[in-house]
Formats: sequence, C-alpha cells, structure tokens
Amino acid sequence: MKSKYISIIILVIFLSLQIFDSYGISRFPKPEFENGHVQPPVKTSEARADILNYLDIFILIASLSLITWVILKKRSRKGVFWISVFSVAYFGFYKQGCICAVGSVQNVALALFNPGYSIPISALLFFIIPLVYTLFFGRTFCAGICPLGAIQDIVALRPVSIKSWLEKTLGIIPFIYLALAILYAATATDFIICRYDPFVGFFRLDATFMMFAIGAIFLLLGVFIARPYCRFLCPYGALLNLVSRFSRKHMTITPAECINCRLCETSCPVGAINFPTTLKDKASNEAGETRFAMHLILVPAFVLIFGFIGSLIHENMASVNPEIRLARELKNKTNYGLKNEEAVEITAFKSSGKTMGQLNTSVVEIKQQFYVGSWILGGFVGLVIGLTLVSLTVFRFRKDYTPNKATCHSCSKCMDYCPVANPKLQKHEG
Amino acid sequence: MTENTDKKGLNRREFLLKGMQVTIGAGLGLAGVQLLRKSSVDNYVWQLDMKKCIQCGRCASSCVKTPSAVKCIHVYDMCGYCDLCGGYFRPKTKNLTTAAENQLCPTAAIERRFIEEPFFEYHINEDLCIGCGKCVAGCGSFGNGSLQLQVNPHLCDNCNQCSIARNCPTEAFKRVLNSEPYLLTGYEKNAKLIK
Repeated sequence: MKSKYISIIILVIFLSLQIFDSYGISRFPKPEFENGHVQPPVKTSEARADILNYLDIFILIASLSLITWVILKKRSRKGVFWISVFSVAYFGFYKQGCICAVGSVQNVALALFNPGYSIPISALLFFIIPLVYTLFFGRTFCAGICPLGAIQDIVALRPVSIKSWLEKTLGIIPFIYLALAILYAATATDFIICRYDPFVGFFRLDATFMMFAIGAIFLLLGVFIARPYCRFLCPYGALLNLVSRFSRKHMTITPAECINCRLCETSCPVGAINFPTTLKDKASNEAGETRFAMHLILVPAFVLIFGFIGSLIHENMASVNPEIRLARELKNKTNYGLKNEEAVEITAFKSSGKTMGQLNTSVVEIKQQFYVGSWILGGFVGLVIGLTLVSLTVFRFRKDYTPNKATCHSCSKCMDYCPVANPKLQKHEG
Repeated sequence: MTENTDKKGLNRREFLLKGMQVTIGAGLGLAGVQLLRKSSVDNYVWQLDMKKCIQCGRCASSCVKTPSAVKCIHVYDMCGYCDLCGGYFRPKTKNLTTAAENQLCPTAAIERRFIEEPFFEYHINEDLCIGCGKCVAGCGSFGNGSLQLQVNPHLCDNCNQCSIARNCPTEAFKRVLNSEPYLLTGYEKNAKLIK
C-alpha cells in the first residue's frame, strides 16, 4: 500500500513539472498540486449483489412449497399464519414490495409486445412460478406468499359476509383492471398496478400522504371485508382465479367425508364455500337449459358491444400517454398548465432535435395501438361479463360443502371449523 | 353425473378439467419458453444517463424515497478545482465565501475545502443531497461537468417501474447492468491511470 502511495506522489510531482503544457486542453483542466494533495476517490456504492436476486427466487419456491404442504397435507391454519408473517416481513418490508408477482404481469406484457425490452429473469419467474403452483394445488400463493394478500389476511379479524350478487359484480373489476394494466404496459405507457399498489407505501414506510391514506383505507376496510384488494382489484388474482378452476389438487374443507354439519358455513372470510344443493334447488332450476342457451347466445353480443364501447374511448385512454400529452400541449399551446415558465417537457422536446412531424407520426402510431388494444380490452370485458351471467344460470349438483376453487384463497380458516377428524376437538374429548 | 365415473373412467367434466389442465400447462410452458428467450439472466438497476439529462429537478421530487435515491456524484478527475465554482456559487455571487446566501445548493450539501492557491476541492455530502441537480446544471453550463447526477444503487429500491423514469421529460432513465451500476463520464479512464 505504502509503495503505491509513494508512486502516486512521485507521479503527481513528475506531472506537476509539466503543468503549464497541459493548460488550454479542456475548459478548466485538472490542476496538479504542489503541496502533494492526493485526489480523493469517487464515492460510489455497490448495487444489491446478483446472488441475492437469485436467493429471492429460491425463497419464493421454498416458501410456496412449504405453504402448499402446510395447507394440503398438514392442514394447519397456524402454519399459514406464520408463513404470512414471514412473507410480509421478507417480500414486504425487506424487499420493499418489489419485485412482486402482481406487478410482474406488466413486465410480461411489455416483453411480449415490445421487442426492445428484455424482461429480467426474476420478474419472469415471479410471474410463472405461482401460476404453475396454482395449476397444481390451487391458490396457495394467495394464501400467504403474496405480501399483499398476507398483510390483508393478517388484519382480517372480523370478516362479514357480502351478498353474493355484490360479490359477483365486484368480482368483475379485477378482470377490467388486468386488461387495463396489460393495455398500458403493452403500449409502454405506464405500469398502473405498481403505481396504484396500496400497500407498497406501507412496506417502505415512506410514501406520499395519498399512498399511505389508500393503504390505510384498504387495511381498515380489510378488518371487516376480508382481503378487499385480492377479491375486488388484484389483476394477478384474476389470472390465478382462472387457472385455479382447473387445479389438479385443491385444499378441502374436511379431511375425510363431509357430514353436512353446517359448522363451516360462516367460516370463510371471502365467501368462497359452495353449499350443498338440494333436489328442491334442482326443481326450481328446471328452465335452466333454455336460460343457459339464451345467455350463451348473448355472450358474442356482449363482446361486440363492449369492444365497440372500448374503441369509442380509445383516445381518452391514450391521452395519459406522455407522447400524446406532449403533442396535445404543443398543439393547444397550453404549456402543461404553467403560466410563468416553459414546461420542462417542452424544453426537453425542443432540445431533443425532434421535429413536429416525427412527433405526429409516433402519435398516430400510438393511437392506432390504443385503438386495436381498446377493441380487445372491451371485448375481453364483455366476455367476462357475459360468462359471469352464464355462470349464474348453471346449476351444479353438490352433495357436500366444498371450497369454490376459483375464489378460494386457500387461507385454511375453514379447516378448524370442521369437526371431522379434527385433532383439536379430539384433544378436548380425551 | 357423478354416477358415470365408474362406467367410463372419465366423465365429461373430468375430461374438460384434464383438457384445460393440459392446455393451461402447455400455454404457460410455451409463453415461458418464448419469454425466456427474450429474458436476460443479468440483473438490472435504474440509472440516469447524463447525456440526456436536462437537470429539470424532477429527480428530487419524483422518487418514491424521501430524500431521493438520486444523488450528485463528484468525479474529481474531471474537476478543475475552480475558485469560482459554477456548481457551488449562485450566479452573480460577489464574494467567494462559504456564506449561506452564496451557495447554490439548497441543502448546503457541498463542502468547499481549500487545497492550495487558487484551488478548491468540493465534496458532496450524500446524506444532505436531495438530487435536485442545481449544482449539476451550474457545473455543466459553466465548468467541466464534473458534478454528475446518478442513482445511488444502494439507496435505490429498484422499483419495477421507476417513478422518476415515468416523470422524466427526456427519457434519461434506463436499466443498466447490476454489476456496473454507474454511468459516469470521465471516470473510468482516469481510474486506470491511477492503477
């Protein structure tokens, strides 16, 4: 070390002899000091080590496997609770809510539609792994691995039941949100899921007042209406909802045969228990097949109508795109609402050397993307609404109390209510 | 319907279920492989490209962190050690003293140290710096451009979408390799010289 410093000093002294030659090369060339002053190093910091990012993926897989085992085999609500606490601590407070599976939807959409964007492997795996687990075991990810779900699960202390018509209607919102998020991500406009994530400010203990307020409202609401974000907003939940319907295995309320004791009826905080149907129900549904056919015919009509409505408002949806906004402000000379100074966007545009023509071509291009996108978005929303209506006409004969595979979050709260082969109850009997 | 199970082995509903399982599985697999080819094994962090930056000051206000994870970095190799520093003094400052009214930095995060006549060295106190870029604009327009705005990768939460990038008027924010998180100019060249 010492010899290094000496050599630097010698070098500096040697260079200082030539100081006058080096003047005039740059605006103010770096001086050579006569008193042997050594220039300090540039202060830089290290980024998070790569290995830690792979550790996140490992922890995701490990905790998902663990919670799946706890739910399906061990049937322990306590286990789910403690894994939830871990997820809130690790994926929430330590990782500060990024990267999360919910937001990764947008990275995937952006990667699919924009050839220039290479998706980080961690975002891709955070998207795929929970979907694969859901295909096999139901929504165990929602139960306690997703930090957003876990924090809501912990605060859901006094859940009240919601009327089924309201639940079904509000249940359409996640699909609309999903479609909007994909549209905005695919057009590289914005990542709206991340922007309006209600809990990220909470995890970071550092956010604007609005972010905190929205998070607090969701948490307070979540005490009485369990998991409000998961059920009525979460776009990734909408995807898992679809996949979970076809899951190979799924948690069950009872470990053996259901005895129809009705004890679990009110146990589900999210109203995801299918009640047994009686022959009387079947009789009242006699005209079901015609109704089903009628509704099925209506589905394409819904798709077309909502697709058309979508296409009508495509310019409104596109208006938040920064380039379209810039073109509008330039055209109307509104200067982003500023009076005294030129808006920085306009300054930046002027200094970028782009012409008005180039801007207009890209505006037309973006608007065309939004036109096509909003047809698809509207059609998708129409499809969801149509199929929701169809699902209301379908009658299914059920003997037992079973979890609704689509909306069940696998939180395992119902298990403790089931008296069949319940070790806790047997302990009391013994 | 449940009675059919024994007779055929697969009833209609089970067939649909199996079919959908395979379809979703295959779809996920295909999409996964397709995306995997586009994905990068490297990890990325957000960084600010000074070539595009116009020092609008939004880095200070748009970051999800308070104060912002964007900090001013002094690349000493580029610095002229000027007495009249465009990054330190307000324009039209008469007396070149460290008096508060002379300082350009709103948080007094720049420290001015006398080295030898007529040279001064300027140090950034990162804890005080809010990333407003006022000094960067001053140094860039008047001096060598040794003061540079950069995201501190240690402070940055590496949000999925950087909220400064969303508000940046010149699209100066981009993802850079985790292993080389800085985009400093005039730095590497001289680092080699010292070695």
